[in-house]
Amino acid sequence: MRPSRTSLLCKLVACTAVAATAFIGCDKKKEAPAEPAKPQAFKVAFAYVGPVGDGGWTFAHDNARKALEKELGDKIQTTFVEKVPEGADAERVFRDLASQGNTLIFGTTFGYMEPMLKAAADLKNVKFEHATGYKTAENLRTYDSRTYEGAYMAGVLAGGMTKTNTLGVVGSIPIPEVIRNINSFTLGAQSVNPRIKTKVVWVNAWFDPPKETEAAQSLLNQGVDVLMQNTDSSAVLQAAEKAGKYGIGWDSDMHAYGPKAHLASAVANWAPYYIKATKDAMEGKWTTGKAWWGVKEGAIDLVSISDKVPADLKAKVEKVKAGLKDGSHVIWQGPIQDNTGKEVLAKGKVADDEWLGGIKFFVKGVDAKVPGGK
Amino acid sequence: MFKLEARPQPSRLMSCASPLIALAITVLIGVCLFIWLGKDPVKGLEIFFVEPLKNAQAISELAVKAVPLLLIALGLAVCVRANVWNIGAEGQYLLGAVAASWVAMQAGPGTGRWIVVAILLAGVIGGAIWSGIVAFLKDRFNANEILVSLMLVYVGQQLLDFLVYGPWKDPDGYNFPQTITFLSVTKIPRLMVGYRANIGVIIAIVAVAALWVFLFRTYRGFQLQVGGMAPAAARYAGFSSRSALWIGLLISGGMAGLAGALEVAGPMGQLTPYLSVGYGFAAIIVAFVGRLHPVGIVFSSLLMSLFYIGGELAQSRLGLPKAMTSVFQGLLLFTLLGCDTLILNRLRWIGVGKPKHSEEA
Repeated sequence: MRPSRTSLLCKLVACTAVAATAFIGCDKKKEAPAEPAKPQAFKVAFAYVGPVGDGGWTFAHDNARKALEKELGDKIQTTFVEKVPEGADAERVFRDLASQGNTLIFGTTFGYMEPMLKAAADLKNVKFEHATGYKTAENLRTYDSRTYEGAYMAGVLAGGMTKTNTLGVVGSIPIPEVIRNINSFTLGAQSVNPRIKTKVVWVNAWFDPPKETEAAQSLLNQGVDVLMQNTDSSAVLQAAEKAGKYGIGWDSDMHAYGPKAHLASAVANWAPYYIKATKDAMEGKWTTGKAWWGVKEGAIDLVSISDKVPADLKAKVEKVKAGLKDGSHVIWQGPIQDNTGKEVLAKGKVADDEWLGGIKFFVKGVDAKVPGGK
Repeated sequence: MFKLEARPQPSRLMSCASPLIALAITVLIGVCLFIWLGKDPVKGLEIFFVEPLKNAQAISELAVKAVPLLLIALGLAVCVRANVWNIGAEGQYLLGAVAASWVAMQAGPGTGRWIVVAILLAGVIGGAIWSGIVAFLKDRFNANEILVSLMLVYVGQQLLDFLVYGPWKDPDGYNFPQTITFLSVTKIPRLMVGYRANIGVIIAIVAVAALWVFLFRTYRGFQLQVGGMAPAAARYAGFSSRSALWIGLLISGGMAGLAGALEVAGPMGQLTPYLSVGYGFAAIIVAFVGRLHPVGIVFSSLLMSLFYIGGELAQSRLGLPKAMTSVFQGLLLFTLLGCDTLILNRLRWIGVGKPKHSEEA
């Protein structure tokens, strides 16, 4: 057994040597920070709720961070922390990012609202940007995307493609944003097909592929032939593919997950906002407020429209998109009734952002009740 | 070649040295990982083991993270010593938080600071009720406590979800699943202004001392452990294994509930579905790494928190992935289990070049 022992020894020696050289190598690196003293980069940090590889929400935000880096180059330096829980841990992360010299910090999920408020109250020289929240402070502002515009455009396609006149949405959590998306999807569909009914199943989660699949299946069993979802995974689209029905991609281009079922993807692009917000902060123009960007600002788009969509329907969607871009097409304009027949928006009246932000009802044609609604 | 052979009796030296050796091996493998990932290993170790301790703010944050782990693990240690396998501390933690939240939401403009005491008590009771169910089912129907306590975690999470999606939802919260933010009078008092560490730290230290006395200096504590180790012997001596069951579960449930109350009325300040970050499960590892000994658990809970926070810092300082935290925690547990072999066994040098004695090699 002598050879094995010597070889073990050899390995040990080799390992030590490698480790030693690595140490020395590192020391060398330390000795030579020979890069010319460039002007202090502006430090921007991001806290993500999911892993950057989730293919949905966090993935989209991280892509936007990369786009921001590309746009502003070495004038800025970005950092991110992924999988930050929406509880007591978040505040520590925000404080630590601030202590690292980050003067602009983005928090990309609703659950960071209270932790960010607490951190912002103490760290007055740091600017905080919170996605999808509703509370602001002097140095904390909110930003969001008009995802309902994407839902509306997807609805136009769905309304034109359905044969059963029954659409289905897998809902995440019954907050105004999601309810507004379901409503807008329905309104879009009704704009081309007034007989549309929309069914809804809730999963009470943003990311839970098995539950999403189950919900999709139960919708298909109820005669739905076009599915949409306000969850983060591609599970619903995959369920549609398997059943030979149609589906819609959400948040990012999901074409590859269901090439036959995929009608189009309603995508959110956070890059324009991140670039604008960072420039604001760098140039000292940053003030608190609430940003809500849509098709007009390039934050929302409908992409990868399927070849199965007839040319005239495609033209209709393109017209809506153009209208949303130049402001000539208004989605939330009266008369609009809720699904109990009550008029919620009078004829000719255009809903403002505050009204849209508090939606707690379903429009006519949605065959469901808002959970917890009165 | 070495041969592994059983020791005549467990080694006291090894049982103390094993965690240290395990930590050393973990660090060594960590260094190799840092090198492999192209990062400066000295910097990496510094971020994991020095940076979370570098100033008062950092230590305060470490305490915020360690207190719930410590409290839950202490309770679990008592429970496991009674030979009751409570896997559901997570559920007891949630129920403690739910009960504490209910009390916190009763506060009005005229409420005094006494409500904090009521909140903490409610937490203890909430957790103890949840573990009491386990004890009852085990006692009455001999239901397996591992399964029952684990299943009750999910029931607890559903109950919490039901409350924050339904009756306890903040009416001004735009339908988001969360309660109101509790009034400031309900806030667990902090130790110092500007730091998040609160009186939970003191409660935890008192709990360490109290449980040490209970386990090693009281007759009841002795009975409990005998009842756990050798039920037949305990019965012969007239000790009740039923009382060991109840005491073990009620203490661990109460401690987990207390941790939940401290968290929800402390750094959280409201009840949301995201209250749980797995403290109840992580505390099982903490309890075992701490050798089920109150003082050992102090160190293991601090170490575990160090890994959590270090992992976060490694992301923002070095761009290392979050998975590094789990790798470190897993490595520590793995090496600890490996080193523990040496408590009951020893390595004996059986010489070189004697193939007939070294089949293992």
